[in-house]
Amino acid sequence: MTVKELIDKLNLKILVEDDLDREVEDCYIGDLLSWVMGRAPGDSAWLTVMGNINSIAVATLADVSCIILVENAALDDNARQKAEMHGVNILTTEENAYRLAVKISQLIEG
Amino acid sequence: MSNIHLHYEVSGEDFTRAGEASGSVKKRLKALGYNTDAIRRVAIAMYEAEINMVIHAEGGFVDVDIFPDHVEVLLSDKGPGIPDVEKAMQEGFSTAPDNVRNLGFGAGMGLPNIKKYTDDMRIETEIGKGTDLYLTVKVKEA
Ligand SMILES: Nc1ncnc2c1ncn2[C@@H]1O[C@H](COP(=O)(O)OP(=O)(O)OP(=O)(O)O)[C@@H](O)[C@H]1O
Ligand SMILES: [Mg+2]
Repeated sequence: MTVKELIDKLNLKILVEDDLDREVEDCYIGDLLSWVMGRAPGDSAWLTVMGNINSIAVATLADVSCIILVENAALDDNARQKAEMHGVNILTTEENAYRLAVKISQLIEG
Repeated sequence: MSNIHLHYEVSGEDFTRAGEASGSVKKRLKALGYNTDAIRRVAIAMYEAEINMVIHAEGGFVDVDIFPDHVEVLLSDKGPGIPDVEKAMQEGFSTAPDNVRNLGFGAGMGLPNIKKYTDDMRIETEIGKGTDLYLTVKVKEA
């Protein structure tokens, strides 16, 4: 499953577009940055409400495929700029993390 | 190959800039062809430590020495020091104030992450004087 396919299948809105052909192999939910950095598997879709500049650093370091801001959580302007600079895909949805993760699970695991 | 020395100042006020040193070292290691696992471990450990310098101290400096088979990092601040290092090392222990918790910090996972991602970690700290954190990451062949 690529980020692009995830966007199409789940009706996600694109906030920052980089490499949409990246594979999504897993999914991780969390808002505590150090926790995410220590535990999130690489190549996951990271579901969070944290749309600040530090989230971008964490996404880069944890090497996730994309950030999905759930429940329409806001993306800060400086975070958007940093994401564009570092090439981080950022998507958004009005769904909550649980409901979205259930759908992602069905897509990834088939 | 002789070792490469890098030096960074970390501002104590500016959250948005925390992570610049680790980002820059990451780039440098990439350009030098170090393996991705080692780069990831150095970058995460440095980022956590840099953020700690900003949140818990008032900034400081970072010295990085890149050797062929390992990377050494010193992060030094003149902050309040750590009263109980053993406690600070525990997962979940945090004294982070509310304003930074709202930004997603304060899980109390920074120091445990640093321990997890480095091969050696040493803390020298004195109350009222500051904290020196020494890190070593070994580089296995790519
Ligand atoms: N450079 C420092 N100077 C003074 N105290 C520190 C320093 N680094 C860490 N500490 C103390 O150790 C505690 C644990 O640090 P740790 O990085 O594990 O968690 P945190 O920074 O509180 O939260 P997180 O890193 O998960 O966002 C801190 O809350 C703080 O009390
Ligand atoms: Mg920390």
